[in-house]
Amino acid sequence: MRKILVTLLFLIFGTSAFADCNIKSGSINILANDFPALRTFVETSKQCKGNAEFKVTHSSEHNKIAVPALTANPSEFSARIAANSSIVPLMNQDLIRPLDDLVKKYGKGIQDSQLITIDGKVMAVAFMANTQHLYYREDILKDMGIAVPKTYEEVVAASEKIRASGKMQHPYAAAYKAGWNLAEEFVNMFIGHGGEFFKSGSAEPNINNAKGVATLNMLKKLSELSNPDYLTHDSEAIKVEWESGNVALMTLWASRSGTLLDDEGDPNITKATKLAGPATVGGGNIPAATLWWDGFTLAKNRSDADADATFRALAHAASNKKMVADAADQAVWLVEGFVPGPKSIGVIEAVKMKAKPYPMLPQMGLMHGALGSEIVEFLQGKESAEQALKDVEAAYISKAKEQGFL
Amino acid sequence: MPNKTFFWFFLPTGLAMILFIGLPIISTGIQSFYAQHDQIVKEVKKCDPFGCTVSIVVDNEETSKIREAKPLGKFNGFGTYTDRNHLAVEEIKKFWNETESFGAFIDQVTNLPFYKALIFTLTYCLFVTPNVLLLGFIIALSLNAVARKIRGPLIFGTILPMIVTPLVGSLVLFWMIDSQGIIGANIQNLMNDPYLSLKSSKTLTWITIIIYGIWHHSPFAFVVFYAALQTVPQEPVEAAIIDGASRFQRIKHIVLPHIYPVVTFVALISLMDNFRVFEPIIGFSAEGSAQSLSWLIYDNLVNEEVILFGSAAATSIMTIVGIAILLAPVLIRTWKEFRIAR
Repeated sequence: MRKILVTLLFLIFGTSAFADCNIKSGSINILANDFPALRTFVETSKQCKGNAEFKVTHSSEHNKIAVPALTANPSEFSARIAANSSIVPLMNQDLIRPLDDLVKKYGKGIQDSQLITIDGKVMAVAFMANTQHLYYREDILKDMGIAVPKTYEEVVAASEKIRASGKMQHPYAAAYKAGWNLAEEFVNMFIGHGGEFFKSGSAEPNINNAKGVATLNMLKKLSELSNPDYLTHDSEAIKVEWESGNVALMTLWASRSGTLLDDEGDPNITKATKLAGPATVGGGNIPAATLWWDGFTLAKNRSDADADATFRALAHAASNKKMVADAADQAVWLVEGFVPGPKSIGVIEAVKMKAKPYPMLPQMGLMHGALGSEIVEFLQGKESAEQALKDVEAAYISKAKEQGFL
Repeated sequence: MPNKTFFWFFLPTGLAMILFIGLPIISTGIQSFYAQHDQIVKEVKKCDPFGCTVSIVVDNEETSKIREAKPLGKFNGFGTYTDRNHLAVEEIKKFWNETESFGAFIDQVTNLPFYKALIFTLTYCLFVTPNVLLLGFIIALSLNAVARKIRGPLIFGTILPMIVTPLVGSLVLFWMIDSQGIIGANIQNLMNDPYLSLKSSKTLTWITIIIYGIWHHSPFAFVVFYAALQTVPQEPVEAAIIDGASRFQRIKHIVLPHIYPVVTFVALISLMDNFRVFEPIIGFSAEGSAQSLSWLIYDNLVNEEVILFGSAAATSIMTIVGIAILLAPVLIRTWKEFRIAR
């Protein structure tokens, strides 16, 4: 009996000794968004914390905390899990440190394609990719004899057909919540129309044109096919709509597919839920979607020892073949050894179709903010598309002037 | 109280007020006159898992030099106050010259973010404050008339809306008015319109928020009025009854004049609170249809990835000015009465 116990103890300590990366000291504190893949990632890095102190904050309000928390010296967090858009304010304020030395020292196993380099310096290490793409109900489309839509025009036609049949009143859903979400849908659709947000080489806005009007008109058509409360629906709300069987076509983040296809909820709906690539729009050939990466950055205002410990723990996860194999259905991992499964179709199709990444520009956040509040009145039918776009540009210009971009 | 005693009595409060209210307001005021330095950008190569592009970034070395020299930013005077996102002086001049009818001019002006928010804020104040006073007074009167035995539980039930955290209260109502919630679905049935949504229509959202505001604030007015009612002297009331005064006459000629200073107090506090309306907008996710001045400040500070301190500070100062203007008539009146009383 005692022998068994000793062996067991040995095994436990043996394995944990194997998992940790021999970090002797330092303190690790991570700020991250809150969705399953990021939780898995942070948990994996925790296995390797060794003697370091380890804390994590998962919050969907991460954007609001990040800049103030990293501006403090020493900063509250030693690492921030960021994405294309959220790395920009950190870069603008000079709050994150270059990782070249750390990558050289501890970055064995991280692939070159994971490194986000800006002006030749590694500023972040990406570990997963994300995009918004189409989800459809196979059973409904089959019943109605509708082919899987490839363009938003087909999405509109299919939704109208489903509505006319009386099967569903609001067959389409997308996260149109006023603010960040709605602006993100505009960004996708505008890029799908081949639009450029700024006049080349400057921060002058460039959305009040035919492409902008076409974008707004398409958003409006889609919103009319959605639940009338669409302006209050974020990704979580439309996920609930989908799981209640009220929706047959939906544009949603790839990172949410895991929770849509899990065992919770009506098994018939889960079984009929299928994924497709993002749709194109207006005869364009690139998808009306943006590609996103999620990666980690390290705070500048934190001791080198903490940065060291944090990097080693996070690099352990960012190169972990076991994690990507175990959690293959949670995300499209950019880590070596990832074998894409059926839940990764959206992102892989988007990359194949040459979707553009979300623009990593210093003034893009201001444009995104202006879009989120100024196009609402157009969707409510209170304003013309031209007026709405004029308002967006004017709101953006005032903010950009205050911020010193114009 | 002798002036000296009063001074020592007031000193700790006064110091705390200067420290936690006075100084921050001054600092906000100073901040509102500054804008960020001109951003120095450079073109660099950016590579991510999806490929490389050449685009711009902020040149941190150059920027930090300027920032160290002038940490407050670029002096902007009233620039932030007059820009399009605030008072929009230029735009209003332009609309005045360009529009043909007064209606079209008003349409254009109310499309500007600051005026849009101001109109919602004022509408909210104008509807909520009188209704809160009226409802609070009626509840206080009725509760004052019921038997003492059941008064306790009734009072507790009445102040419940105030005990419930504003955000939770508004969220509960938000779910009830969802197009599949109990109120939303019933209204759809009643109106026979499956596309009717309380949340997507601007007017209906405003009405919902105003009703919520009245529901939430009435208990405060009620509690204060109820306390004041306990101090109404019984002799004149009894005399009035003997003289054959009706209930309404008694309230109008005896009760109301007696508690008048309390009414002024509740009106002041209510106006101030309502002018800063904020939580219900977040709770109802009503940003799209209803924006208040406080919400604008919040939006500038947290909703965007770039924080606009100058804008937020300017809106804060204008909110303070707005409250001062709103309260001025009541304050002047109180002051006059105070002088007559002396």
